[in-house]
Amino acid sequence: MSEGLVLPVAKQPHEHYLNATYGIRSWLLTTDHKRIALLYLASVTFFFFIGGFFATLIRIHLLTPAGALVSPETYNKLFTMHGVAMIFFFLIPSIPAVLGNFLIPLMIGAKDLAFPKLNLLSWYIYLVGGAFVLYSFSTGGLDTGWTFYTPLSSIYSNSAVTPAVLGIFINGFSSILTGLNFVVTIHTMRAPGMTWFRLPLFVWAHYATSLIMILGTPVLAITLLLVGLERMLHLGFFNPALGGDPILFQHLFWFYSHPAVYIMVLPAMGVVSEIIPALARKPIFGYSFIAGSSIAIAVIGFLVWAHHMFVTGESTYAALAFSFLSYLVAIPSAVKVFNWTSTLYKGAISWDTPMIYALGFIGLFLIGGLTGLFLACLGIVIHVHDTYFVVAHFHYIMVGGAVMGYVGGLHFWWPKITGKMYPEAISRLAAIILFVGFNLTFFPQFILGYLGMPRRYHSYPPEFQVLNVLSTAGASILALGYLLPMAYLIWSMRYGEAAGPNPWPATGLEWQTDSPPPTENFHVTPVVTWEPYDFKSRPDLGLAAGAQPLAPAHGDD
Amino acid sequence: MQSQLPFVPEQASNFAPQVDALMAFISAVCFFFAVVITIAIIYFFFQYRRKEPHAVGAQLHGDSRLETLWIVIPLILAMTMFSWGAVVYVDYRRAPADTLDIYVIAKQWMWKAQQPNGIREIDELHVPVNRNVRLILASEDVIHNFYVPAFRVKMDVVPGRYNTMWFRPTKTGRYHFFCSQYCGTSHAVMGGWVTVMEAAEYGTWLSGSTGGESNPVLAGEKLFAERACISCHIANGTGRAPSLNGVYGAQVLLADGSKVTADDAYIRESILQPSAKIVAGYQPLMPSFQGQLTEEQILALTAYIKSLQSQPVPAKGAGIAPPAGKK
Repeated sequence: MSEGLVLPVAKQPHEHYLNATYGIRSWLLTTDHKRIALLYLASVTFFFFIGGFFATLIRIHLLTPAGALVSPETYNKLFTMHGVAMIFFFLIPSIPAVLGNFLIPLMIGAKDLAFPKLNLLSWYIYLVGGAFVLYSFSTGGLDTGWTFYTPLSSIYSNSAVTPAVLGIFINGFSSILTGLNFVVTIHTMRAPGMTWFRLPLFVWAHYATSLIMILGTPVLAITLLLVGLERMLHLGFFNPALGGDPILFQHLFWFYSHPAVYIMVLPAMGVVSEIIPALARKPIFGYSFIAGSSIAIAVIGFLVWAHHMFVTGESTYAALAFSFLSYLVAIPSAVKVFNWTSTLYKGAISWDTPMIYALGFIGLFLIGGLTGLFLACLGIVIHVHDTYFVVAHFHYIMVGGAVMGYVGGLHFWWPKITGKMYPEAISRLAAIILFVGFNLTFFPQFILGYLGMPRRYHSYPPEFQVLNVLSTAGASILALGYLLPMAYLIWSMRYGEAAGPNPWPATGLEWQTDSPPPTENFHVTPVVTWEPYDFKSRPDLGLAAGAQPLAPAHGDD
Repeated sequence: MQSQLPFVPEQASNFAPQVDALMAFISAVCFFFAVVITIAIIYFFFQYRRKEPHAVGAQLHGDSRLETLWIVIPLILAMTMFSWGAVVYVDYRRAPADTLDIYVIAKQWMWKAQQPNGIREIDELHVPVNRNVRLILASEDVIHNFYVPAFRVKMDVVPGRYNTMWFRPTKTGRYHFFCSQYCGTSHAVMGGWVTVMEAAEYGTWLSGSTGGESNPVLAGEKLFAERACISCHIANGTGRAPSLNGVYGAQVLLADGSKVTADDAYIRESILQPSAKIVAGYQPLMPSFQGQLTEEQILALTAYIKSLQSQPVPAKGAGIAPPAGKK
């Protein structure tokens, strides 16, 4: 906090979830959702840097038309491993397994998730899946594209496909268990007074995400298992030479992998829906429309998968139906953007870092979402399908959107997670660097795509070079935007200012307890008597609206 | 590419102006919304900056009229985009009756086209201007995609089935075509050129080229497949035997460290007595074809190997020194 607000810091809590027990065993065998969230934080960060390393090599390689760095074989492995590491092991678990895990029990006033041991198990499953994938990366690599299209993946590829698909198969169970845990927790463990329409929008977003995880992931898992079986036992599921259908694979794959995009972006939308009202000190505009749009996205999102297949030769009627549905799924996203923007109107807007990230998210998600309208359009996709236009579009959604939300959320809840504030000035600067670097990296790729540069090219005609160089230059700025938060957040764990229970102050239940919270989350079970994001009737926040003496940070313990 | 705008490729087919017009319409709508929302956010950000640490914002919870408005208006615009796009797509998927049909076969990592009179081309496609052309696409291995940016059209080439695509070239010239569905190692160089010619010129070109099975290159290519040469001499150099792309006339490094020029005699010897000269880095696995091929067939195979000059030279054909003048 930069504005000198007098914080209701009662006393530094003596015991909290971080110092309750010590030793490696107390972490590896913990069932505390907050500690498991930190285990996930470490492991998804690890995969983020693996994926980021591959991305760096890709961008350097594309500096020259002939390819500056690696052989075609290696390049193909780089973009495949970049995609697999980032999507399955960073983006999908990032917000749900880190922030969701940490916050959902706190936000609904529960002591933990419904199944704490399953929660720990899902982290171990993630590790086992990750180990298989790392094994694949280090023993020959993977060159099928993260999409594993058959029959290239099942018959023709000479790379380590089998361990990779097994790894993703195993990892799927981690996702399913996390989703299941969230759904049961949200249904059964809400504190007294925490009705469905008092739930923070972050929780609504995670509820929608969990539905997709539970319903979609099994389809992906079984599909990739079939690829593995086709490779190992020469069964003909997808191989046309044995009577299989290679297009069937794409239907099954996208049935999960399109909704998976919403697994990545819905939680980020949840983060933004928390940051904006908290830092604008206003109720969120259109609460029920934002909550409902999350569910609408999850439901309609299951019905649009074949828009990835408009030029496979699928039936014209199918294409018409899927294009129509793809335009429908755009509407709830638009509703969210309009509501976030309206929430700023007549707010008391703080310029703190999480707000910069939230607004950056809206900007990048806006471009990503609007360019989705081009790709849903049957008449345009016959030109831009499988070009850099698509690459730019999904990076705007999945990196611009999801990662801005994730990093913004880390800043917003950092004081809760660690008890320490991040350094404000450099954090704002990093947010701006991230936003600018991202646009410089990916905007040129829209133009590249419309000019006709196909994706996954290790070399390209010379007329595409200028835009590729621009993109690589932008990526170097983007990299700085990721390294800075990594560095100062670690620094702040030791040297940051003590945060106090509610530094913003914000209205959510998670801010009613200590920072960092005690192992059991709350000293007394909270009772919710207020509507969400209501600053007027909350004298305990110590704001202008309620000029009453400050309540203690937590109950009379 | 000499286009008017730096971000639009040349327009060279009937679909190009349609796709570009659609693009312009959706871009205009999106630009409008992006600008309005960006200006609103920036204005609010500065106008409503928190000036006093304890300030709170106005208590506005929502407005169902506004919500209706910003559901209905985007929905109408989205349905307009959908309908217009559908019109273009249906046209693209329904070829007219009077097309000139050309067969295109994709395989890792080359394109073969066969003109109506039997003439075949590799990584080249000649078509007449202002004539409806239909491509019948087949793949011999994985999924590929035939994509001509200047025509604004593409279609997957799927093994086990025929896909078709059509277009009417509207401008003579030479245009890139690409494989735009990732298909393995040499995906990025699996492309070539479409040549759009005046109808008369195209007619001359067709009659001027030698076609059919009498063409030694084509006969050799057939043999190359029939005798399974192709299963080891894989074009990208990943097979058990060296790639023959660009080998003709090149220096070949042998297992004993010496070098030999790959001329007609060398190729002939390598077919009939494969173990006489082993290429460095490869095992002596090839069976002898002594007594199994006529001279004519060997010549045909040689002619075919010679013709592979036009294709991209692999980056890592072990043992094959790149021919002079090529990278």
